[in-house]
Amino acid sequence: MYRYDEFDHAFVHQRVAQFRDQVARRLSGELSEDEFKPLRLMNGLYLQLHAYMLRVAIPYGTLSSRQMRCLAHIARRYDKGYGHITTRQNIQYNWIKLTEVPDLLADLAEVEMHAIQTSGNCIRNVTADHFAGAAADEIEDPRLWCEIIRQWSTLHPEFSFLPRKFKIAVSGAAKDRAALRVHDIGVQICRNDAGEIGFEVMVGGGQGRTPMIAKTIRKFLPKAELLSYLESILRVYNQLGRRDNMYKARIKILVHEMGADALAEMVEAEWRQVREGFVDLPEAEVARIERYFAPPPFDPAAGSDSGLDTARRADSEFDRWLEQNVDAHRQPGYAIATISLKSDGGVPGDIDAAQMEAVADLAERFSFDELRATHQQNLVLPHVRKGDLYELWQSLKAHGLAIANRGLISDIIACPGMDYCSLATARSIPVAQAISARFQDLARQKDIGDLRLNISGCINACGHHHVGHIGILGLEKKGVENYQITLGGRADGEAAIGAIVGPAFSAEDIVGAVETVVDTYLDLRETGEPFIDAYARLGREPFKERLYAAH
Amino acid sequence: MKLDIVSANRLTDGRVVYLTRDDGWSESIIDGRSAATKEESADLLADAERAVEAGIVVAPYLVSMADDGGAFAPLHFRERIRLFGPKHNRDGGQPAGRVA
Repeated sequence: MYRYDEFDHAFVHQRVAQFRDQVARRLSGELSEDEFKPLRLMNGLYLQLHAYMLRVAIPYGTLSSRQMRCLAHIARRYDKGYGHITTRQNIQYNWIKLTEVPDLLADLAEVEMHAIQTSGNCIRNVTADHFAGAAADEIEDPRLWCEIIRQWSTLHPEFSFLPRKFKIAVSGAAKDRAALRVHDIGVQICRNDAGEIGFEVMVGGGQGRTPMIAKTIRKFLPKAELLSYLESILRVYNQLGRRDNMYKARIKILVHEMGADALAEMVEAEWRQVREGFVDLPEAEVARIERYFAPPPFDPAAGSDSGLDTARRADSEFDRWLEQNVDAHRQPGYAIATISLKSDGGVPGDIDAAQMEAVADLAERFSFDELRATHQQNLVLPHVRKGDLYELWQSLKAHGLAIANRGLISDIIACPGMDYCSLATARSIPVAQAISARFQDLARQKDIGDLRLNISGCINACGHHHVGHIGILGLEKKGVENYQITLGGRADGEAAIGAIVGPAFSAEDIVGAVETVVDTYLDLRETGEPFIDAYARLGREPFKERLYAAH
Repeated sequence: MKLDIVSANRLTDGRVVYLTRDDGWSESIIDGRSAATKEESADLLADAERAVEAGIVVAPYLVSMADDGGAFAPLHFRERIRLFGPKHNRDGGQPAGRVA
């Protein structure tokens, strides 16, 4: 994985020193809250309901054991012993003290981490397919390009005060696991008719109060021209994006109002100018960065006799985990293991310090020291020898991390909601807990099959409810929490925004309503038909009919 | 009967605090100074603004309290969550599986 060069080290340490001074001036009264707020947000520090919250960047979701151990240290030393994996593959801490943030950031800098650009109207942490560099269906590892985008976008003077925040995702696989089409820019690595590798560029996706699916504005972009093309998109957006109304400031609104074709024309025109004076990344620099993402030293003999089949036959619980949480690897003899952070009745995405350390040890032992955070709020060990899977599973089980529910109804994406977030209109976590408790029987979950259930505690949609097969949006109505259900959303290659099924449900009734949706599906599905396909065939009417039959 | 108190976040650690009867700030709502009239509420906010200028708290505002069976409690559920903390197992709140 990427290691900082002298420039990276210097600017992160300078930033820590700068923020230490800013905090000192705030505490002494030299800076008012109005003056200090934009400075703390530039360093990922929010003031939430109960305390300060710090969002730490995990670039494209990739981290080492050493970094994970530092995150555990931060959870213990500066928080209440746990952290929360976010839908941008980052980690948040919910109980931070302002006075301790400079020391915390200094500790992070020691392991080449920071919280820069995890907030504010700038280019946020670039996300990627969490199976990058490991997936069997991958054309090319997207992390090289994520890292190049990270370096280009970090402290970019022209794009530090955009009309609104800006999110970019990159995937190199045939299957979209990075939710490309709900990003401001989605970059898909692809091949053209001549077999050359380049990028399909999608623009204008997003969630929030006005959800949109991104439109492709360039079907094939040569690799060498990625940065000049991105720069052109950002320039058009920076010039034309609305600054008078924050709810209409995202690029998706611009694409919607002017049309994708018109925007594409403007970007191409800008690109013609930008390319003339643009200094593309030298090939030698691309090669230097690429070396950091070279495949680990796989054992070519790993595939010969893994002993996996024997272990599967001997242990049905292991067999279930293998079937649900382990994916095919591009390297024979290896597999990708997903560690679910969705325990029965737990808080989606939460992980405590002891678990972080355990996972760090396991990554070191079984996955070439590499870990991934997913936008679905789980972790991944990307390179596990098949012969080690049983031992890995036993170790995960000892730490309460061998939950065989990846992609099932209890693998819920949930934002922190009103339990923590000052923007929330309702709570998300107790709803997620109640649903996972209602569906705790894994055999039942398995029978229901692939089902994405996402919950947001407000219309900002941090819990991705718009793209959940079943989406839940928490709202307030006359001082009471209410929950609206959407159906048919999806974040994959066939991305769609879910449709509101009808009036919202009370906190007491929402779990039963979800169960009614699931039961309706079970009654009406055809053999082997997943929920999302059944919904596409049936539409929302049968679900609506059952949900509101008693009203 | 409805009363107002003032709540804010403490500057140094962001914790929820309430303006007290002796013009200090407490994490306990029981210590909170209440206002029964518009004028008293305005006085509360003015005192709180002085604490903002002194760098003690951030973003103070009035919280409406109502008689909840003999004891005063915040009217709005958001304020009850601020008062009692997250309602799930990890932070010592109510057990999992309960929404309300």
